Amino acid sequence: MENKDIQSLDMSAPPPPKVPTRRERITPVLVSVISTGMVFVILVLFISSSEQWPLVQKQFFSWEAMVESFPAVMRGFWLNLRIFFIAEFFITICSLLLAVARSLKSPIATPIRFAAIAFIDLVRGVPALLLILLFGFGVPALRLPGLPNSALFWGTVALVVSYSAYTSEVYRAGMEAVHDSQRAAARALGLTYWQTLRYAIIPQAVRNVLPALLNGAVSLQKDVALLSVIGVREAVRASQIYTARTFNYSSLIVAAFLFLLASVPLARLTDRVAQQDQERRLQRTR
Amino acid sequence: MTQEAQTPKLSIQNLTKYFGTNLILHSVNLDVAPHEVVCLIGASGSGKSTLLRCINRLFPFDYGRILLDGVDIEGEEMTDNELRKRIGIVFQSYNLFPHMTVLDNITLAPRKVHDIGRKEAEARAHELLVLFGLEDHAESYPDRLSGGQQQRVAIVRAITTNPDVLLLDEVTAALDPELIGGVLNIIRDLKGEGMTMVIVTHEMGFARDVADRVCFLDEGRILEEGEPARLFSKPENPRTQQFLQRIIEAGRL
Repeated sequence: MENKDIQSLDMSAPPPPKVPTRRERITPVLVSVISTGMVFVILVLFISSSEQWPLVQKQFFSWEAMVESFPAVMRGFWLNLRIFFIAEFFITICSLLLAVARSLKSPIATPIRFAAIAFIDLVRGVPALLLILLFGFGVPALRLPGLPNSALFWGTVALVVSYSAYTSEVYRAGMEAVHDSQRAAARALGLTYWQTLRYAIIPQAVRNVLPALLNGAVSLQKDVALLSVIGVREAVRASQIYTARTFNYSSLIVAAFLFLLASVPLARLTDRVAQQDQERRLQRTR
Repeated sequence: MTQEAQTPKLSIQNLTKYFGTNLILHSVNLDVAPHEVVCLIGASGSGKSTLLRCINRLFPFDYGRILLDGVDIEGEEMTDNELRKRIGIVFQSYNLFPHMTVLDNITLAPRKVHDIGRKEAEARAHELLVLFGLEDHAESYPDRLSGGQQQRVAIVRAITTNPDVLLLDEVTAALDPELIGGVLNIIRDLKGEGMTMVIVTHEMGFARDVADRVCFLDEGRILEEGEPARLFSKPENPRTQQFLQRIIEAGRL
């Protein structure tokens, strides 16, 4: 009886997995390329056929003005990038320290915790622009001994102060999202409080909040332009100078383009980092 | 040899613990001799896991003392980290670090807490991984392993530093029956090597098999303790009888 049952089962090999034909693979790609192209062409035709277009083009997209203003704007943008990287470096350190200080539980650390909370509340409650004006114009007037008096230096300090407060809250959220059992496991192995943070909590926290951290970085990259108000000749300032001279706004478009050129790859990069990290954890590495 | 002749490895005296106003452990007394294996049984919520976590001070307790080799674990000469260097614990849900490879999970404590060089720590880890049939997974991340494999890694992580006492907190509770056997065999081997262990378990057959002594906990007290053969066949306390009766009815003994 049993034998018969087994024999009645289909013991032949299952059919191989279905492979889409060439046609099936190419058609969707073709359709998306053609439809996108058509929409783009229609938009271009529509915009350029509008009555105001020649004026718009002259004011905003004048090729000559762009070429003419490019060297100055690019020099400015190079300054933007340097400010960005230096500020980001210090923000990463300060915000992590703030987040750790805020999460201290020991009673003896209460003043440190309170100081961190007060700092974060204060800085987050004030517009970044106000901080930049305060630091950029106010502090140099004090002529503090041993410290530079340039608007560039103090403007960057203002950015670090402002962004550290925001970023520290991002880190804190990431640290709180790490399950308490991880802390218990690390402590049970004999790791100290700091070692537990360093090896178990913070690496996982950073992983949790990587997209949010990048969001902050992109935001900072653009907010560097705020330093233009205290006379730092970065990209926006440089293009404004050109605009003031020629009454043509194409230089601002050049600056916008440069900002995009820097921030879009930054966003793609994080997506990749996050994806690679996930793949690495879910697959054997050899 | 009498119990009094030697200092117990672990001595729990009058341990009382509250969570808020809830009494979790009520005057628990328990001595564990060197190389002894003590199993704690009892219903969920009877305080077994809390007792384990008090032993390595993951939880503070309200009253009583715990002595390790005769030294008060709350005393001046014992810091939390000293204590935890000497007591290993394995958790029910493994608690491996998901961002580290198996090898890094195992060598973290030897390298950072016990100041053993990376080479030496990794050699020891490999030795244990081979012993536990995990040698192919040294570079894997925990999420890629089955529950049984993860739990075996967690045990390796706990014993790689040669602790004096190993605490096991329902280590097979999250595993399916097929995987439980492998983990239990490892614990048997550890007993063979003379490891002092306190084991919280719901595997009564295993407790009967491996324990030198079984303690039945109910509402934060040790109601009855004795050799497994005696306690499982002739329980004296009515609560123990009731508990074991239910287990037998559920077909788990």
